[in-house]
Amino acid sequence: MSSTIESQVLQPYKYGWSTDIDSETVPPGLNEDIVRLISAKKGEPEFLLAWRLKALRHWRTLKEPTWANVKYPPIDYQAIRYYAAPKQQPMLDSLEQVDPKLLETYEKLGIPISEQKRLTGVAVDAVFDSVSVVTTFKEVLAKEGVIFGAFSEAAREHPELVEQYLGSVVPYTDNYFAALNSAVFSDGSFAYIPKGVRCPLELSTYFRINASSTGQFERTLIIAEPGSYVSYLEGCSAPKRDENQLHAAVVELIAHDDATIKYSTVQNWFPGDEHGRGGIYNFVTKRGKCAGRRSKISWTQVETGSAITWKYPGCILQGDDSVGEFYSVAVTANYQQADTGTKMIHIGKNTKSTIVSKGISAGHGQNTYRGAVKIMKSAEGARNYSQCDSMLIGSECGAHTFPYIDVRNSGAIMEHEASTSKIGEDQILYCKQRGISAEDAVSMIVSGFCKDVFRELPMEFAVEAQNLLGITLEGSVG
Amino acid sequence: MSKDTNGMLQITNLHAGIAGAEILKGVDLTVEAGEVHAIMGPNGSGKSTLAQVLAGHPAYTVSAGTVTYDGKDLLDMSPEARAQAGVFLAFQYPVEIRGVTNAYFLRSAVNAIRKAHGQEELDPVDFLEVLDAKLKAIGWDDSFINRPVNEGFSGGEKKRNEILQLAVLEPRLAILDETDSGLDIDALQTVAAAVNTLRAKDRAFVVVTHYQRLLNFIVPDRVHVLAEGRIVKSGGKELALELEARGYEWIREPTRV
Repeated sequence: MSSTIESQVLQPYKYGWSTDIDSETVPPGLNEDIVRLISAKKGEPEFLLAWRLKALRHWRTLKEPTWANVKYPPIDYQAIRYYAAPKQQPMLDSLEQVDPKLLETYEKLGIPISEQKRLTGVAVDAVFDSVSVVTTFKEVLAKEGVIFGAFSEAAREHPELVEQYLGSVVPYTDNYFAALNSAVFSDGSFAYIPKGVRCPLELSTYFRINASSTGQFERTLIIAEPGSYVSYLEGCSAPKRDENQLHAAVVELIAHDDATIKYSTVQNWFPGDEHGRGGIYNFVTKRGKCAGRRSKISWTQVETGSAITWKYPGCILQGDDSVGEFYSVAVTANYQQADTGTKMIHIGKNTKSTIVSKGISAGHGQNTYRGAVKIMKSAEGARNYSQCDSMLIGSECGAHTFPYIDVRNSGAIMEHEASTSKIGEDQILYCKQRGISAEDAVSMIVSGFCKDVFRELPMEFAVEAQNLLGITLEGSVG
Repeated sequence: MSKDTNGMLQITNLHAGIAGAEILKGVDLTVEAGEVHAIMGPNGSGKSTLAQVLAGHPAYTVSAGTVTYDGKDLLDMSPEARAQAGVFLAFQYPVEIRGVTNAYFLRSAVNAIRKAHGQEELDPVDFLEVLDAKLKAIGWDDSFINRPVNEGFSGGEKKRNEILQLAVLEPRLAILDETDSGLDIDALQTVAAAVNTLRAKDRAFVVVTHYQRLLNFIVPDRVHVLAEGRIVKSGGKELALELEARGYEWIREPTRV
């Protein structure tokens, strides 16, 4: 019975092909010359190079963290290439200038960047290895004053914004991988929503790792000015390779007074094969700062890929009455390991946070929820609600929960609920007794389990997320 | 249907058990379409085992005997194939399915059965009409349909939900496994009234119960007493009253071999 259930979850990776394209890479290894080279290739302003070099020097003083509940052999940071780009002018004015092989790649991934297939309502920034290849709908966004595109382009065209906000939420001193990213980050997305503007489109970045032996270190920065609203989606995939590849991204969000940022991720990096060979090490630092009053930052993530995930999208709730949310589905199958959760830091008065985490473990997967809720002395009237649910499929997998709670204001209200369940023979029999096949029963049970998270996703992503879990959509969601 | 004369359900010398322990030790039972049979017996006599074996619970193994349903070998069919062929079990302990609404669950079930019969699947709108009609027929409101399957339901609500599913799926053979347990008298009457509206010429019921009480409301054609894995006595509805008055002991003694 459980093998039927497992075969439903342990689906083969569909995005494991690679694109044969000439790429320009730097030699493996990490030193100041490489950092200077990356910065020069991007045509960056001086302050950015100086910041990168400070980060590199700081990184050298750090030790790789070992507290996460994941196991992997030591990473040789000198064996990684820190830059790879398809050989062509990276930023282009029109799609006609984009290498057809790249367009084909995104077509195959189902990412609508070609003119005829564009989804209305979604602007896409496509990042291939270390560079952004194309951004759609730029003109439509520009009319509203929204800036959206490659980070490297923003660094050249809006250096004052980048200088003001870069590292303001995740400083390069934050942690080992954030320091590494700060030194060598190549590209990523930048979004700026002016005061009072409700971004007319969903903004979306699709990250694709293609080159081998290459790390991907993107950096995303989103700034929402007072009274603005933006919904941002992020997707990712990588070819099947026997080696492990490192992905160490940093995402910083800043929400000013009455601004709302909704950040959704469907993470589908190559998870390794059924024997645990290969796969992406996804060591990511994501944090948002609710700087203004009544601001709101909402993280939704569906994590199905990567050999190892180490990721804690969090919120610093600085503005009074600000709101932080974290909705997560993390799936570990085969030999995948995930240590993921969130960090909610309450500083302002009447700040509220909600955490809903759903972990699904199958095969030999190990799934850890690690979450911290910190209520500072100043956070009068703060509230947190946390719900952590784990589902086990089969008997070789594991689920672990590590909630950290630090309350320094006695007026705070904290609620924490947790549950662990197993898809049982009884549930499957119950469905079968009503005529429903085991496959459909598993889909239904898993999607019901994840419902609280899926309904937070924008429609296009909800569908993708469901498909990723090997589930048929239909009425159970939404 | 062609085999009606041989019984819609024909159980012959059925031996079955779980984890190596034999619980059913030669059950014989014939149920015709349109009939209501009550299976009574003390705790541990094998009543629920019989229900689970008929539904195809994988934990139970059949060591001997046959079960035919409409002339087909029921034991050779998967649980879902049995359901698709019209066998329904109202579970004693219905499971919860978080986050999946009753309406969605029921539509999935109806469509799985329709698909097995080569019929068009119903879309949500059409299905709601069907569901509404069923609710009206059994006289219930729609308060259940948008709640997750059995999640947070009281014991009585879970049992009512089983009967709602029975009404919607329209089985030919409905097995009710201790549907009365945990019901107060009002709930019992509500459930029994719904079951009575579902009695039909081409539908048979096997009602498994420990107490005679339910049979005041769902009046059976035949009553069977199961003890130590066998049917030791069969009779009309008056047998249930006799059991109620005298307990199970008087039945067991003289028939022990």
